[in-house]
Amino acid sequence: MSGHAEPETGPILASDGTPLKKRLARSLRMQKLRALALIAPLLIFVLVTFIAPIADMLFRSVENEIVSNTLPDTVAAVSDWDPKAQELPSEPVYQALYFDLFLAAEAKEHTKLGTRLNYEQVGISSLFRTSGRKLDDIGKVYEKWLIGLNPAWKSGEFWNELMRGAASAAPDTDLLAEQRARLTALTDDPMQQDIGFVPGSEIARILPLTAREYTANALFIAIDKNRDISKRGPWEAVYTALAVDLGDPEVQRAISGYQGPGSDELRAAAAAIDTAPPRDFTAAMIKVDKDWAKPENIQAIKIYSGKYTAGYYLNAIDMQKTLDGVSERPENQQIYMMLFGRTLFMSLLITFSCILLGYPVAWILANLPLRTSNLLMILVLLPFWTSLLVRTSAWKVMLQQQGVINDTLVWLGLLDDASRLIMINNQFGTIVAMTHILLPFMILPLYSVMQTIPPSYLRAAKSLGATNWTAFWRVYFPQSIPGIGAGSILVFILAIGYYITPEIVGGTTGTFISNRIAFHISSSLNWGLGAALGTILLAAVLALYWTYDKIVGIDNVKLGG
Amino acid sequence: MADGNQPFVQFKNVQKTYDGEILVVKNLNLDIANGEFLTMLGPSGSGKTTCLMMLAGFETATHGEILLDSKPINRIPPHKRGIGMVFQNYALFPHMTVAENLSFPLEVRKMNKADREAKVARALDMVKMSEFGGRRPAQLSGGQQQRIALARALVFEPELVLMDEPLGALDKQLREHMQFEITNLAHDLGITTVYVTHDQTEALTMSDQIAVFNDGKIQQLAKPADLYERPENAFVAQFIGENNTLEGVVKSIDGETCVVTLDDGSEIDAKPVNVSKPGDRTLVSIRPERVEFNKDRLHADAHTLKAKVKEFFYMGDIFRFRLSVAGNDEFIVKARNAPDAVRLKPGEEIEIGWLPADCRALDA
Repeated sequence: MSGHAEPETGPILASDGTPLKKRLARSLRMQKLRALALIAPLLIFVLVTFIAPIADMLFRSVENEIVSNTLPDTVAAVSDWDPKAQELPSEPVYQALYFDLFLAAEAKEHTKLGTRLNYEQVGISSLFRTSGRKLDDIGKVYEKWLIGLNPAWKSGEFWNELMRGAASAAPDTDLLAEQRARLTALTDDPMQQDIGFVPGSEIARILPLTAREYTANALFIAIDKNRDISKRGPWEAVYTALAVDLGDPEVQRAISGYQGPGSDELRAAAAAIDTAPPRDFTAAMIKVDKDWAKPENIQAIKIYSGKYTAGYYLNAIDMQKTLDGVSERPENQQIYMMLFGRTLFMSLLITFSCILLGYPVAWILANLPLRTSNLLMILVLLPFWTSLLVRTSAWKVMLQQQGVINDTLVWLGLLDDASRLIMINNQFGTIVAMTHILLPFMILPLYSVMQTIPPSYLRAAKSLGATNWTAFWRVYFPQSIPGIGAGSILVFILAIGYYITPEIVGGTTGTFISNRIAFHISSSLNWGLGAALGTILLAAVLALYWTYDKIVGIDNVKLGG
Repeated sequence: MADGNQPFVQFKNVQKTYDGEILVVKNLNLDIANGEFLTMLGPSGSGKTTCLMMLAGFETATHGEILLDSKPINRIPPHKRGIGMVFQNYALFPHMTVAENLSFPLEVRKMNKADREAKVARALDMVKMSEFGGRRPAQLSGGQQQRIALARALVFEPELVLMDEPLGALDKQLREHMQFEITNLAHDLGITTVYVTHDQTEALTMSDQIAVFNDGKIQQLAKPADLYERPENAFVAQFIGENNTLEGVVKSIDGETCVVTLDDGSEIDAKPVNVSKPGDRTLVSIRPERVEFNKDRLHADAHTLKAKVKEFFYMGDIFRFRLSVAGNDEFIVKARNAPDAVRLKPGEEIEIGWLPADCRALDA
């Protein structure tokens, strides 16, 4: 009787008293979990090998940490500089540039940055390379001056003691950690080993720049070169840093009260600071390479100093970042918009010619008796079983100037030997070969849709008085549109990203944007630009897909009955 | 317009083969009068649909001539024949609305919009589907689709309508209802109809004339009642309605009656149809409802047969018995469930007989 006493509002209960909805959810959960377990291998596979690389690509197209990682202090110093003033930046910028570049050159990272910036500022790559080679010369004069004052400056042990400070003094672990981080950012190496050296906090306070450069030097030598810093003198940048430090009146004052190891030598050097070579980094850098006198090179560093940049995307649409914001690239550097346009146009043309050639074939396939249509189907599929490379090469044999078609035409006398047709290494060759290669992707969906259209529709139309053409156009064709839609989407999307065929038969006028992407990925190694181009291509395809959905409706796409 | 004497549709010595080896239609001659409802009835593969398709123009006759209103139409393409057609699966165009479907034959005839709309509205009204003009065929039930298909075949006012098993996909009740509607419509409009079916009940209830097809030939062309009651050969007798057959030899013929000696030696009365002389082997055919087990109702000197009741089926309005008669264990007898009806029990032995006119001696 309890079943009848059910309250009229309230949830419906299952026989054991739990709400029915809950029971249903529980019973469906098992099913869902089982389904999930079945697709899990594929899901994981797709996530790891497909989604993750795409996400990485998207990230690479905006990622720009290399500038601030390689030249951290320069980036900080240059932020105050107003490039529009058409003046060279101030001395601190060049000083920071010297120390950043010196460490980068020691770690052999400066050429990577040069390559990166060269995408935006042509010639900057060689500037970085020569600078890396000659940068040591700047520090050599200060090293010579110090050793001339006192040969103790040559000794690694002396330096080590000086920088370590008195045994009683507190070690400056913060500075060590800071320099570890600087090297990690620069080299991508964790740099976490213990190096048996910690700068003293007192000396680090008195000689900030020297302690900084020495610590970086010690870390790099110990971890990267596996050598003890105390066995030989530090690199030139440390001498330079000391010279800079000693020129600072504050430092001189601090030294006078300093009692730690090497205090006498320091005081002597400070006293002789007037005999030291001038600390003019602007002049020094320009002496290393006169291109440092060009503001645009420093501008490039300033413009691309951010951790993330739209620069690759701008580049991909023939734009560039300038001081006044975004502007078009010079005419002779514009290539990508033209390539995108060409890729789009040719893909549409290929799709259209696939419809034109594929429709009658699909019609015959769908209307022939099964045995004959199977044979024809094998002929359609045959190209599928042949290597893409072989098919494309076959077209090369067919179309080239000494190829089958030209030879035949000349032999027949239809063509003069001197005026053989140019059918390959241009757009025509790409369109012909790609239409052939992509044709099955049009025929198969068309065929499977046409198969589901009963012949009685055409008969009905004719019995109602329609001519063959009217019956086809008004009755048959509208019903085959889902097949055309499916085939077109397949062919168009395949065509727009096609690479091998345009590469082989496209020459210079018949190549696609994908060939350019491949060039940037494998030859120029401008991965950022390649990624940006790829992302734009992906976005274009998605946008077209969306438009297609709005106009035709994706429900109208059928890949089979 | 055909005059009264001239048949509207004429098949003259029509033959059809698909592969050059087997004749699907063998020397067909058939006249269809104007305004007549003719049904082509027969088992599948009997050639009836092929005949229909030849008439519609979708198949060409290998030999012979088809005349429509006294004009040969062999060389006229289907769209110029002006024949309405209803297909087995309706063939309503799925991408058009109901009204567009109906308007299609008028559009291809270049009719102006106002006339088209008027005719479509009238045709929809005719099949009582006026509210459904804006729907798509997929949104209609089977019966509704059927009506639309019918309306579409009629909207351009053809003088001849062909229907290829149009009710095959409907359930029994709807089928019976549509049979009634189609016949009424055809008669009201006075159009000539050629209807193809393999369902004999449909053929019997709907037609003015039935052509029974078998093996590429017309076995009999007759009115429904004649076909049922007076089949001219063993095939028609067996194909139309339920039928009992007994084999034997003609003993004597006397005008409208003959005596047949069955294979077990017993003798019966029959009407000679396909037999000419004593000694002919024959198949006698008797409808289950014409068998009489009340001796009083038979002629005094009528021959009777001994029968043993094998099974009894209660079917509500009728009783059905399976008897063993003259070596035939599948002899069926039907009796109306009347107050005075005898209920025979299995195992009972009885005597049965019939009026000679009900029993037809056909070809063996």
